Amino acid sequence: MTCRTSPEVGGMGHSIKRKEDLRFIQGKGNYVDDVQLPDMVYGHMVRSPYAHARLKGVNTEKAKQLPGVLAVITGEDLAKSNLAWMPTLFFDKQMVLATGKVLFQSQEVAFVVAEDPYTAADAAELVEVDYEELPVLIDPHKALDADAPILREDREQKSNHIFHWEIGDRAATDKVFADAPVKSSVHAIFQRCHPSPLETCGCVADFNRATERLTIYLTSQAPHAHRTLFAIVGGIPENNIRVISPDIGGGFGNKVPLYPGYVCAVVASLTLGRPVKWIETRSENLQSTGFARDYHMTADLAATSEGRILAMRVKTLADHGAFNAAAQPTKFPAGLFSICTGAYDYPTAFCEVDGVYTNKAPGGIAYRCSFRVTEAAYLIERVVDVLAQDLKMDPAELRRKNFISPQKFPYSSPLGWSYDSGNYDAAMKLALDTIGYDALRKEQQEKRARGELMGIGISSFVEVVGAGPSHTYDIAGIKMFDSAEIRVHPTGKAMCRMGTKSQGQGHETTYAQIVAEELGIPAADVTVEEGDTDTAPYGLGTYASRSTPVSGAATAMAARKIRDKAKKIAAHLLECSEEDLDWEPGKFSVKGAPSKSKTIQEIAFAAYTNMPPGLEHGLEAVDYYDPPNLTFPFGTYICVVDIDKGTGEVKVRRFVAVDDCGNIINPMIVEGQIHGGLTEGFAIAFMQEISYDESGNVQGGSFMDYLIPTSVETPVWETGKTCTPSPHHPFGAKGVGESPNVGSPAAFVNAVVDALSHLGVKHIDMPMAPWKVWNILKEKGMVN
Amino acid sequence: MATKQLVQIKVNGRNREAMVEPRLLLVHFIRNIPGLTGTHIGCDTSHCGACTVVLDGKTVKSCTMFAVQADGCELMTVEGLATNGALHPLQEGFKQEHGLQCGFCTPGMLMSSYVLLQKNPSPSEEEIRWGISGNLCRCTGYQNIVKSVQYAAAKMGQGEKHDLPDIA
Repeated sequence: MTCRTSPEVGGMGHSIKRKEDLRFIQGKGNYVDDVQLPDMVYGHMVRSPYAHARLKGVNTEKAKQLPGVLAVITGEDLAKSNLAWMPTLFFDKQMVLATGKVLFQSQEVAFVVAEDPYTAADAAELVEVDYEELPVLIDPHKALDADAPILREDREQKSNHIFHWEIGDRAATDKVFADAPVKSSVHAIFQRCHPSPLETCGCVADFNRATERLTIYLTSQAPHAHRTLFAIVGGIPENNIRVISPDIGGGFGNKVPLYPGYVCAVVASLTLGRPVKWIETRSENLQSTGFARDYHMTADLAATSEGRILAMRVKTLADHGAFNAAAQPTKFPAGLFSICTGAYDYPTAFCEVDGVYTNKAPGGIAYRCSFRVTEAAYLIERVVDVLAQDLKMDPAELRRKNFISPQKFPYSSPLGWSYDSGNYDAAMKLALDTIGYDALRKEQQEKRARGELMGIGISSFVEVVGAGPSHTYDIAGIKMFDSAEIRVHPTGKAMCRMGTKSQGQGHETTYAQIVAEELGIPAADVTVEEGDTDTAPYGLGTYASRSTPVSGAATAMAARKIRDKAKKIAAHLLECSEEDLDWEPGKFSVKGAPSKSKTIQEIAFAAYTNMPPGLEHGLEAVDYYDPPNLTFPFGTYICVVDIDKGTGEVKVRRFVAVDDCGNIINPMIVEGQIHGGLTEGFAIAFMQEISYDESGNVQGGSFMDYLIPTSVETPVWETGKTCTPSPHHPFGAKGVGESPNVGSPAAFVNAVVDALSHLGVKHIDMPMAPWKVWNILKEKGMVN
Repeated sequence: MATKQLVQIKVNGRNREAMVEPRLLLVHFIRNIPGLTGTHIGCDTSHCGACTVVLDGKTVKSCTMFAVQADGCELMTVEGLATNGALHPLQEGFKQEHGLQCGFCTPGMLMSSYVLLQKNPSPSEEEIRWGISGNLCRCTGYQNIVKSVQYAAAKMGQGEKHDLPDIA
């Protein structure tokens, strides 16, 4: 894409340096834990050591007697004001503080408030809780057994079954399978993971008794929606609630739901009339807040013997833990999982998902993922490789044979999506050429002959991101549009406020670039502010790669409204009609007389000083953008691995990522997002899992056990791009932040399986830790 | 609650003192006594390195040390990197090479990199990766952090004056 603006203006396509960096590199960020208010007190959560237990009594007397302790709140206390339970984002409810029983280890039982955090922690130790242990249900496959303990006694339905959801044509799919010459199948578990942003969740709740206003500084990816939920849950007038989401230290979906700690801090502040800070520890973050995935999936493909895919069938068991706290649009119990048919052209598919309760932390949230797209992309890219293996076909060739061709867009997928645009083979070809695919296959053959293990894994993923449209997508009933407000000041500088909230994505820079592109006001002259519900227009927030597709579009549309008004002012100043004006970024000039022109800055000044009669003063606009469709980013990733036969350790030798996210605002930021997402995908593929023992003890509850890759393990990433603009987006962008986390797990697994395929290995579940690979090697006689 | 003790620490060149409980973590001293909130807390097991500071010339994870253990020491935090308003080449490097996204790990990364370059002014890529391996980043994948440190090493090697970079 060629740039329409100069680097000084910094519109679309310029890798301008980030505006937000200057404060972060000097330690001057303002994260929630940095908020210090006069008279502030501190909350600490008492949590259950048991995964399933009857709560026989909570004795808070000793804790309350400790000097410095101001309050100890229990579930019974909250029940008096009907706050012991709160709604989740998915038609379920969740205990704020336990009453009756606890349902997962580390569940919230009591909330201690004290003058300082150390005293609060001391007092939490003094809270005496009497538990009677109950049988624990950990395996989701046993959740529906006749002898399974019923976990949710609060529900009318005496079963651990949450929902059944299906889409597609079951009968037609079964018929294709019955007649198909080739059938391939994989059972793949996408293990329970956690987004684990480096900043944990927390808040400062500050109720001012004099003004009756409640200000909540919150680690929130969706501050406006959270304000509304606080109003509904807490019965507080919404005009009296101000949510401020300051700098956020990473989100990745973890900061979309509301958590019990937030509600407790608000209750404590309302009770005490003092600001209450609650910041969770890392262990609390991993053990109790929104996990992701935990999808137990079976996929079948039907194909011809020449490798033409005919149909797909998917059956999935979704483990939601103790409460269904999925954060996803309400019509979609399994999120956008039906994108699982992938980048391939076939007419028939059927997909069904059942959700169950277990004694685990509640979820599952969309971890760097547009609502279960990661699970879907992993599944199709895994089963396509199994089909290639069954057919003894090259996996690249099989994919290329089945790709939806560029001429078929907009493409109607068998499960009901309308893919906006795509050129899958172009991305594949670039990735193959970049990595030198043919030479690698030759090398692999030579190595196999010598008994060495090397594998090449491909993933050609398609995403579906950027929800709305509002007619179909909502969160807790609030429609998924998003917003931007631009105010151009008299001196030609601008202020831009949005309904989204950056957590590291660089919005202060990229939104300014959109304004620069549309109005010609240099990005350096545009201040972007998000996260304060008192000042920003209402929006649904940042997750599911929706900032650029939705709020980015709103920014362009608001800027175009301003440009329309600027044109009227320019016509007045240049004494011509609007039809006689030409626009180039930054100025209007008279057709045929380019020397007669007015810059956007001159026009802005006139908007406040020399307005034509009949026009309102000022130069500002707001836009609430409702996208006509989602966007469908895609790409091809290729991974090369070498396996150490002695240790089972997998070394990622090379990884080429070709992404197509349509038109790009800032290539530097896009590349950075891809690096980060690939690293998270790498971690999921090789080292991360939140598992539980039979008693329900969480096994991945701290960074001791839930591993984050360091700079030493992390591979070097090679990136490339093709550009297929979205036809319906105002500037052709699609969104990118999640693609690398969605597309990469399959590439890693496919590479490891490919290295072992000649031994008969067809699938390995993640995380592919050395012990797991070593055990396979041992079983196959590859270890002495 | 044990008897409070006097702790005196020179933080970024200024003497700071307070009567503190012996169990007060150094990171809480830094964040609450002088109010320097650039030093962050990202875990409770000493893994993440967001709290990394320089104590008497060595990096320490300030969540893993009591303030009383630092009594009488010289301590440098991210707020002490820039001099007279001029960014340190490392700070400039992180901005120029896109070495940060959410910024939460950045102060710790900068302090580890600072000590690395003090000990080894021209590290290889591998040495940089090992040098920052006690600091976790969830956003960048480290690749641009490595470039940021290389940028600073090159700039410091040239002995250039550290001008404020352009704010794009």
